[in-house]
Amino acid sequence: MLSFIARRLGLLIPTFFGVTLLTFALIRMIPGDPVEVMMGERRVDPIMHAEAMERLGLNKPLYAQYLDYIGQLARGDLGESLRTRESVWSEFLTLFPATVELALAALLFAGSLGLIAGVVAALKRGSLFDHGVMGISLAGYSMPIFWWGLLLIMFFSVGLGWTPVSGRIDLLYDIEPVTGFMLIDSLLSGEEGAFLDALRHLILPAIVLGTIPLAVIARMTRSAMLEVLREDYVRTARAKGLSPARVVFVHGLRNALIPVLTVFGLQVGALLAGAVLTETIFSWPGIGKWLIESIGARDYPVVQNGILLIACLVILVNFVVDILYGLANPRIRHQK
Amino acid sequence: MRKNAFIQAFVVAGLIASTPLAMAASNLVFCSEGSPAGFDPGLYTTGTDFDASAETVFNRLTQFERGGTAVIPGLAEKWDIAADGLSYTFHLRPGVKFHSTSYFTPSRTFNADDVLFTFQRMLDKDHPFRKAYPSEFPYFTDMGMDANIAKLEKLDELTVRFTLNQVDAAFIQNLAMSFASIHSAEYAGQLLAAGKAAEINQKPIGTGPFVFKRYQKDSQIRFKGNPDYWNPDEVKLDNLIFAINTDASVRMQKLRAGECHVTLFPRPADLEALNNDPNIQMPSQPGFNDGYIAYNVRHKPLDQLAVRQALDMAVNKQAIIDAVYQSAGQLAVNGMPPTQWSYNDSIKDAAYDPEKARQLLKAAGIKEGTEITLWAMPVQRPYNPNAKLMAEMLQADWGKIGLKVKIVSYEWGEYLKRTKAGEHDAMLIGWSGDNGDPDNWLGTLYGCDAVDGNNFSKWCDAEYDKLIKAAKRTTDVAERTKLYQQAQVILKREVPITPIAHSTVYQPMRTSVKDFKISPFALNAFYGVSVE
Repeated sequence: MLSFIARRLGLLIPTFFGVTLLTFALIRMIPGDPVEVMMGERRVDPIMHAEAMERLGLNKPLYAQYLDYIGQLARGDLGESLRTRESVWSEFLTLFPATVELALAALLFAGSLGLIAGVVAALKRGSLFDHGVMGISLAGYSMPIFWWGLLLIMFFSVGLGWTPVSGRIDLLYDIEPVTGFMLIDSLLSGEEGAFLDALRHLILPAIVLGTIPLAVIARMTRSAMLEVLREDYVRTARAKGLSPARVVFVHGLRNALIPVLTVFGLQVGALLAGAVLTETIFSWPGIGKWLIESIGARDYPVVQNGILLIACLVILVNFVVDILYGLANPRIRHQK
Repeated sequence: MRKNAFIQAFVVAGLIASTPLAMAASNLVFCSEGSPAGFDPGLYTTGTDFDASAETVFNRLTQFERGGTAVIPGLAEKWDIAADGLSYTFHLRPGVKFHSTSYFTPSRTFNADDVLFTFQRMLDKDHPFRKAYPSEFPYFTDMGMDANIAKLEKLDELTVRFTLNQVDAAFIQNLAMSFASIHSAEYAGQLLAAGKAAEINQKPIGTGPFVFKRYQKDSQIRFKGNPDYWNPDEVKLDNLIFAINTDASVRMQKLRAGECHVTLFPRPADLEALNNDPNIQMPSQPGFNDGYIAYNVRHKPLDQLAVRQALDMAVNKQAIIDAVYQSAGQLAVNGMPPTQWSYNDSIKDAAYDPEKARQLLKAAGIKEGTEITLWAMPVQRPYNPNAKLMAEMLQADWGKIGLKVKIVSYEWGEYLKRTKAGEHDAMLIGWSGDNGDPDNWLGTLYGCDAVDGNNFSKWCDAEYDKLIKAAKRTTDVAERTKLYQQAQVILKREVPITPIAHSTVYQPMRTSVKDFKISPFALNAFYGVSVE
């Protein structure tokens, strides 16, 4: 097992350097530099431009910039944003809890509804409900997030007035950020109604972000359940006279969950990618929106290190999944 | 039954939740369009940055009247201009208090040291504060103030004098611009001593109508009304909150849902719905901007006047205004908007005449099918809401007179870099006024000194340049008006540009908002504004 973990860890190093090289190169391949973008239609004074580029370290050859960047990372320094001049790490820490809160809510929505829908569809295979779930999940999977978000806003927020249009909480509540998680901070603030208001603000973004994972989980659960329900041990369980609920949930679902949990793990990356659009639609102050704006402003340190941090997170999740897989399935562990 | 109970619980929860500070009438939520990069106005160039700092936290020596371009006293009560126009003496307002916050308590009121600190930091590259917090001051440099201010002196505690190298008729206007916001020298000194100079850009201290409270990136900026403001009648709000929303359609939905009181930059497609909403008012005014086509006079065949004239008269401006601006624009004739003083209204546009344009091209020896490039901006701007559509319409217009038009577009930064280098034949661009001075249009955009910058036509006409330089070097308004009007005649005659439109500016807000004034400079100021 130790050698398995060591092999997996060994793979992380080239992946890490690959990510640094890729983000470093890609952001620099986009035309324009941060000073020019800031000046817009205005005259760019050549002396001021040269001074700014020197201050930002962007006048050096690319290889020197890359070496500086790696050196900085080795010292545990993620640098500071060229635009706001705040440390990238502190900006990440400010914004990351918002993304995590949204992603967890979306996963909760997608997981709970997806499992139920998948199980029921499998049990009622070929029924109208089954076809409905499959059709809706296909539509959900193909849904353009931006359009879906605006549609829900138009219907629930503007039309019915049930949910707020955007943001994390009504800004007339003055909530001091403590943990960065609005649901927790609103409770800590002690302001009456703040928690429920934060919850209301979370509903639509979580639904929009959770739509694609919901579709994936529902379909995966259905097919896994169908396979498991055909297994001999399920037939044996039924023959033993166990209650249908026990057969389905204990003998069926528990075994069907293994591939579904893998999908859950894979959805972490998908949720972070989907968060970019969802955060933009709902003015949700998370890392997706931060990265998009930083690309526009050619804020090299934010783009490089923001993506690196997300990549590390995804690598870490995959690493843990690999290890868990190894633990669960010895055949994977012993593969050379 | 269960389903109904769930819906009821959901609605009740919603009702319970919607009772925060809403009952306090002096809160105003402004749905702004982006996060500011920081709170030190001298470092930035955009309205997003200025709204969050210069228009709230800070004052300047002079300031623009609300909703206008006229300059009125700010932190300077009055000023004297020397007869030679080279020195300006400012008499500062006594008793003005800097903000008291959790991070700074002033021990003195505003005085000449604050003015000296503010400007010397921008002028002197070796200034100790600039050494501690290295910065560039792009707007200050762009307006040529770094080169033109020869000396800055403190005459006494409440008097300062600027001496210029050359007469600059727009100097007073320039001082009213956001980048010239006055900092507290005492606060800067404390930051410097504590090794925290960078906090000047994160925790601002000014004398303005609102006191900075807290900023959460991409989410909100909170200010409270300044109880010690030197003009107390202008502080009518207890709390001012910027709710940051980058998407225009979401901003409009928030406004309609009552989640914010004021917003900005509505999309033309949203105007009708906003107009029909009884809870929303939408004041508008002709934009202080100009969207135009710049012809690169260094490229063949656009170096020929006849070709530029032909292109100019082949443009169906009205059709463009109807389609691109959705009729929310005025047809532009000159290189600056009619609301700019010294505008020459005797100048008339060439009539739309494709047939005559075709003849002009033929007479100039231009063959049928000659190709030119037309560069289209990749971004939406107040002066041009849809450059791609405008380029396609121009492609059709110029196609009718026998030209083959190739539309070129790059990402915004690259677009500007390449067009400043003169790679284009014709291009779409525009400008929004900075300071209400005619030189900010006629000099900045079409003068010989700007050919390597934002004179995108690369047009340098000696006669024109002499007039605008003479106008800049005199403070006699009547004389300046005469010179600028003559310059506009030359600009129209030589056709380095085809002005297309001055877009109408709409500012949607709830009907409960009182006395908000639209700024010609596309800024959003909330002093003097109240909520009923």
